[in-house]
Amino acid sequence: MLHRFLILVVGLLGAALLFPADPFAQKPSTPTWPDPVPNRPPIAEKDKKPAPRRNLSGMWGARAGNRQATNQSAGVQLKPNDGKPENQLPYTPHGLELYKSHRPLEGADAVPPARTNDPRAQCEPLGMPRHNHYDLGIQIFQDDYKLAMLYQYDNRWRIIWTDGRSLPTLVDGGVEVDGQFREPRWFGYSVGKWLDDYTLEVRTVGTMPEERVWLDNTGRPISDQLRVTETFRRLDYDSMEWSETIEDPKVYTRPWQTMKMPLTLQDPRIDLMTRYCSPSEIDAYNKIYGNAASGK
Amino acid sequence: MRIRLVMAFAAAAGILMSVPLVAHHTGSTLYTDKIFTVKGVVTSWLWSNPHCLLRLDVTGQDGQVVQWIAEAQAPNTIYLEGYRAKSFKPGDEITVTLRPVANGAPYGQLVQTVLADGTKLGNLPGAGTRGRGAAAP
Repeated sequence: MLHRFLILVVGLLGAALLFPADPFAQKPSTPTWPDPVPNRPPIAEKDKKPAPRRNLSGMWGARAGNRQATNQSAGVQLKPNDGKPENQLPYTPHGLELYKSHRPLEGADAVPPARTNDPRAQCEPLGMPRHNHYDLGIQIFQDDYKLAMLYQYDNRWRIIWTDGRSLPTLVDGGVEVDGQFREPRWFGYSVGKWLDDYTLEVRTVGTMPEERVWLDNTGRPISDQLRVTETFRRLDYDSMEWSETIEDPKVYTRPWQTMKMPLTLQDPRIDLMTRYCSPSEIDAYNKIYGNAASGK
Repeated sequence: MRIRLVMAFAAAAGILMSVPLVAHHTGSTLYTDKIFTVKGVVTSWLWSNPHCLLRLDVTGQDGQVVQWIAEAQAPNTIYLEGYRAKSFKPGDEITVTLRPVANGAPYGQLVQTVLADGTKLGNLPGAGTRGRGAAAP
């Protein structure tokens, strides 16, 4: 009897260590509405807990108060578009021509609002991977087959398949799956593979063509020959590192890394603020401010 | 010439300070790299995407009233700086720090606001309280 009791106690203690209590657990009698923005500070070393295995679920936010980290307004995190030599990109002639045709609102070649041709200003979907580079408030849900990533900006979502299916073959103007052509999509076709218990590698192909999407707010181009490789590395219970590398031989002469973003697990009770792109609200903004401020 | 006129007007209206500011919209040709502070009376506050807009009347020393429109970032960005949907109502007397547009028109990027009760909203160093309507910390 005593033996069984000891086994039970040891078992419960072990379970408590393996599955740490939810740090956001609330008292049943005091449900609240937390601030509707990710704003949790980095976790102190003494408060860190081990990461759960093969689990990225949760609300994730970039470092609060750092606008370049949260929406990469100056260009992708690791290569801001600031004119500095170290941040010049390896454009192909076609890529450079595309870049020069873009009139962005941000970056070294920014124009006033009335002159922009940014698809975002028309409320076009940002697509993949630009959604990774704008207004980072991300909710991840997962099951045995897939992860769903929910983006705050424009309430968009994408699916990453983790059930072992293969990445579609990139072909001219789309992808091929089991010998059948499939059309390009705003978020492309994504598959994920666990490299170890805490690192998920995600590859994406089949995104929209260059006339529909940009890479970032500063008008860097991408094409439908884009390949995106993301790595989600859970460092501990509250921290994750999100890396991204792009390869696009139509636009860039070599692959390059766009971001290595530290993310912090946020309070799961956050009900994020609305950040829809509304054509009527953009129209109102331009009538009240954008056109006149631009000198139009 | 036009920017000179704006700055001259701002001086007449009572500039409280004018200092360089690190660009918020990187590389943008929309704004100058200077900021100035002016007092005015709120006429409207639009809490909207992609940018919030604050209209205020500013009376110069010559008695002329000029409507200024200040652009703030989107609600989810300025929330942590203390701004809320009900931060302002028409008639509120406020002090705003602006980064004016380069074309000389009475428009500018909202840098910081000081309400009549002394509450500061915005991202000047050391500023940014929780603002009206905020939940308790």
